[in-house]
Amino acid sequence: MNQLYASQRAMRQMRRAAIQRGLIAILDIGTSKISCLILRFDGPDSFRPSDGIGPMAGQSTFRVIGAATTRSRGVRFGEIDSMPEAERAIRTAVQAAQKMAGERVDHVIACFSGGAPRSYGLAGEIDLGGEMVREQEVSRVLAAAEVPDYGEGREVLHAQPVNFAIDHRTGLSDPRGQIGNRLAADMHMLTVDAAVIRNLLYCIKRCDLELAGLASAAYVSGLSALVEDEQELGAACIDMGGGTTSLSIFIRKHMIYADCVRMGGEHVTLDISKGLQVPLATAERIKTFYGGVVATGMDDREMIEIGGRTGDWEHDRRTVSRAELIGIMRPRVEEILEEVRVRLDAAGFEHLPSQQIVLTGGASQIPGLDTLAPKILGQQVRIGRPLRVQGLPQAATGAGFASSVGLCLFAAHPQDEWWDFEIPVEGYPARSLKRAVKWFKENW
Amino acid sequence: MQPLTSSAPRRDPAPSRIAYRLQRLWLTPLFRLLVRAGLPMVLVAGAASWYLAQPENREALMAQVAELRRSIEARPEFMVRLMVIEGASDSVADDIREILPVDFPVSSFDLDLQAMRERIEELDAVARADLRIRSGGVLEIRIVERQPAAVWRVHGDLELLDAEGRRVAVLESRLERPDLPLLVGVGAERAVPEALALLEAAAPVRERIRGLVRVGERRWDLVLDRDQRIMLPERDPVQALLQVMALNEAQELLARDITVVDMRIPARPTLRLSETAIEELRTLRRVKTENRP
Repeated sequence: MNQLYASQRAMRQMRRAAIQRGLIAILDIGTSKISCLILRFDGPDSFRPSDGIGPMAGQSTFRVIGAATTRSRGVRFGEIDSMPEAERAIRTAVQAAQKMAGERVDHVIACFSGGAPRSYGLAGEIDLGGEMVREQEVSRVLAAAEVPDYGEGREVLHAQPVNFAIDHRTGLSDPRGQIGNRLAADMHMLTVDAAVIRNLLYCIKRCDLELAGLASAAYVSGLSALVEDEQELGAACIDMGGGTTSLSIFIRKHMIYADCVRMGGEHVTLDISKGLQVPLATAERIKTFYGGVVATGMDDREMIEIGGRTGDWEHDRRTVSRAELIGIMRPRVEEILEEVRVRLDAAGFEHLPSQQIVLTGGASQIPGLDTLAPKILGQQVRIGRPLRVQGLPQAATGAGFASSVGLCLFAAHPQDEWWDFEIPVEGYPARSLKRAVKWFKENW
Repeated sequence: MQPLTSSAPRRDPAPSRIAYRLQRLWLTPLFRLLVRAGLPMVLVAGAASWYLAQPENREALMAQVAELRRSIEARPEFMVRLMVIEGASDSVADDIREILPVDFPVSSFDLDLQAMRERIEELDAVARADLRIRSGGVLEIRIVERQPAAVWRVHGDLELLDAEGRRVAVLESRLERPDLPLLVGVGAERAVPEALALLEAAAPVRERIRGLVRVGERRWDLVLDRDQRIMLPERDPVQALLQVMALNEAQELLARDITVVDMRIPARPTLRLSETAIEELRTLRRVKTENRP
């Protein structure tokens, strides 16, 4: 645990230094695209309160000065598969973004969706002895949380305190300054495969960049796609990406669960490619132009040229009706959504007061998904786009950029994590001495 | 499996590692400044120093510069063709023309007006000279001449002095300037203002004054006609002279047969009578004693 503390603290330090210098890069490493945004932090004074612009969750402190997106290479299921290829793709994105910004960036905050994220709920409890809660007590209660055996070769990515309770009052967001006898904390911990992180680190290092933070794509897309009251009341964000579909559940502005289904838009493309016997590029094109999941009578008559380059006239002049295409796509999308439903049920999402589900990510743009998804996921489903940040190019405002935008917010205003609190000093001897003195006072 | 040692000529959209690093280097502000400002400066300085390191190049450059300068100086608008002397008498003007050996036309860049002015002011007769080059290529010299205030005779020569004791000119004969008072004696030229003040004080006897004699380069004797002489003290001679004038006013002192009024000690004026006057005095005294009973 200490080593994790050290590396995460080092990353926090680096992030702080980068923001001090005013320039930080955001790298969203996805299965189908890698996007890089360069943020310029102008300081908190760029807007005065008299301008009518509030802090807006920290978005007003930065603006995007460089943005680039490139087709991803060497990434499968949100994990780095072929390191040289992935490195080239990262270089392409970073170089283009740097060129647009006209600045050189050294620090980068990255997010990825792979690595089989797994959520754990941790609970810790300490005896306060009628004293006031200070920073030290908070870190002690976090340290007192019993860490489950999350297995060899896994690494903690997020560990956020989500709830504090003093005596019988629960749901405290900040217990400091309060007095009680018993302090309890609930924590959400997300672990991912250590090898995935290691590969990512190495890849970024080979691009001469320094990692200033690491986040799960499920978490950051929830940050940007859910509006504030959804985060507060409870909602699930489903980021339908290229290779993975990640889901995160938020309540009281904290993520309490994250998971990942290793299926995404590229599987739909693969199905089309197999079903129609066309190359992947053509399948992708057909999917984007004519794709859908709900067939109507009109779709039987709409014929799509699927083409080919074999030289066989019959083969190259094939057409397929849109209904057929929908017939190929729909089972796969249903499968993905059903798998998501299973994960949500496993997480106990139905017990949440609010059943809001927000679909985002590139694959959520399939026409007709808003009629298909409620049938599987429940009535309160909407398609979400990331919230707008200053300077973001129009091309990067689509649903596919939810995690990039969320990462910007994460960079500007990260939530407190376990390692942001100071390391608890082992206060036992002092405490027992105090108790002994107290016992003497009471008995003599 | 893909061939790991790829020899495929397929164009890769990704930048090579070198290109990526170079672009990042180029985006580094300090490096950018160095290349954009530092490198050209170093190149230009290097080229210039290499060129100037060869003596023939240097000489050629100097010659070119000199030629350019020459051609600008020789332009007609900078040429001076004429000298005009104002405020000087003819003899002084001739002197000035003599000591200024300027061959007109000459470029105004070649005229050292300061040095010319100093040379002109070295002339005795010139109190002040103003030189300027007027438009139209005229060198204008405006002269203020010294005004002679006294004639000074020393070592048998006659010279004219101005009120400050500066020599103005040599005089051939005293008769040329009979209007000016005569000063005699070595060192008289250094005390001309005092002498003029004395002459002013001696205004009541102006017709009788023959001159002032400097004695021992320290004090004045006022010489009147009939070889009368007023010996003035070294300090405060004007006061002493006024004293004598007062005596003269009251008792017509100077009209009497006196050869010397010695005021060298102002508290004790002493008179010297002529021989005949002494005789007369003695006679008178004898008569007085004889008449006494």
